[in-house]
Amino acid sequence: MSDFWSAWVLVLTLGCLAFISFVLFSTWKVQRKKATEETVGHEFDGITEYDNPMPMWWIGLFLGTMIFSAVYLVLYPGIWPGKFDGILGWTSRGELKADQEKHARQYQPLFDQYAAKSIEELQSNPKALSMGKRIFLNNCALCHGSDAGGTFGFPQLNDHDWLWGGSAADIEATVLNGRNGQMPAWGPVLGEKGVRNVASYVRDLSGLTVNASEEDLAAGKAAYATTCAVCHGADASGNKLFGAPNLTDNIWLYGNSQTQVEYTIRKGRNGVMPAWKDILGPQKVHLVSAYVYSLSDKDKATQ
Amino acid sequence: MLKHEIIEKNIGLMVIGVIFAISFGGLVEIVPLFNLKETTEPVEGLKPYTALQLEGRDVYIKEGCVGCHSQMIRPLRAEVERYGHYSVAGESVYDYPFLWGSKRTGPDLARVGERYSDEWHRAHLYNPRDVVPASIMPAYPHLNENLIDSAVTPKKLEALKTLGVPYTDEDIAGASEAVQGKTEMDALVAYLQNLGTVITQKR
Repeated sequence: MSDFWSAWVLVLTLGCLAFISFVLFSTWKVQRKKATEETVGHEFDGITEYDNPMPMWWIGLFLGTMIFSAVYLVLYPGIWPGKFDGILGWTSRGELKADQEKHARQYQPLFDQYAAKSIEELQSNPKALSMGKRIFLNNCALCHGSDAGGTFGFPQLNDHDWLWGGSAADIEATVLNGRNGQMPAWGPVLGEKGVRNVASYVRDLSGLTVNASEEDLAAGKAAYATTCAVCHGADASGNKLFGAPNLTDNIWLYGNSQTQVEYTIRKGRNGVMPAWKDILGPQKVHLVSAYVYSLSDKDKATQ
Repeated sequence: MLKHEIIEKNIGLMVIGVIFAISFGGLVEIVPLFNLKETTEPVEGLKPYTALQLEGRDVYIKEGCVGCHSQMIRPLRAEVERYGHYSVAGESVYDYPFLWGSKRTGPDLARVGERYSDEWHRAHLYNPRDVVPASIMPAYPHLNENLIDSAVTPKKLEALKTLGVPYTDEDIAGASEAVQGKTEMDALVAYLQNLGTVITQKR
């Protein structure tokens, strides 16, 4: 704050205190000393007022507030910003920092202890997992659901199927840096008929009932081989490098109806997992990854 | 008694006296803020809203989001822990009016930008229960139907320019095109994804 505005605050604050002191003491001095039956002389709608002295309790309260303000302005910043910031040296940022340090002293050893352990080791530590669960519920549940069951467009995490890999290291990398699964829009390339055929073909791969002729399925298969196989694999089992889902397991992120699959192929999809490294920090990411890993169906995932 | 009557029976004098008495607080606490670097200069890296974000901001205002969502992270440990770095005045210098709010039925949104994906925001605004089953937020499906009126967008930028927001002539000339064919949903998501992204909390 510039010198001018510091002085402005100082002069006005002192002036205000001086002015109200003057008003209080000047009226206190000239008033009667004892209670009286006389009125002050004015009358409004038949209501008059005794010319009594100000009650002592009221004067006491008034003086109390003035003493409070004087003490406050000595202890805390206010009266002369930038020049005199109170003998306590208090700032809101300082208070925040002190609170964070106190909190860190209390909990940091715990985070350090868990950060030093591998996610696999943490699986047998219920306390670490419950801390991870709380982080999950506060940050991840918005998309993945409080039971990690996922929803349309947001992957289920408590099963064996993983877009980007289900190992402890894969999960931690996903949470730390985020992921971006991009499926291009194939509508313009394949045409409406092509989209329908490919949709029928991949739904058929998952064992769903499709309303398509053998020729349509064969055409779909041929189109798949040239356009989709690059990411989803020739056998349609997906590719964890691109987050391309397995198309043969009847697990669908964007719905499994003919209409939904056609829409996905026609318009493409863009699945974004944000990066949590800067928001949560690596130690909390470690704990929440351990929790997510604990939810997954590990035996089936390793198959 | 003496001189009370002079002031009590002369409304003009009374008005002057009242204004004098109540002016100290404002003169000390408000007036200097208009003249401080911390409150009048943008933080480093702050850019004016793009045309689409600005329209999104107007959707935010129109739909009354500010009634339930604040945009003000206070310097308290619990808030910084949950939302990120506390808000600073320099982040709001291009906001006319600011949308700090004072009510938190829903969470604070000051740093919601880039925290969740665009798709999540679309799904959530369309019907919050689709992604957060216990949510009590109203659904806003009409945002997908309503188109932004691109004819008035340049006027909004011009108006803000007169208030000191540094829009260039190209910004204003390209404003209509930038929001052409965009829905209110597109605009609102663009606005939300930009919120609080200038200051990031590294831990």
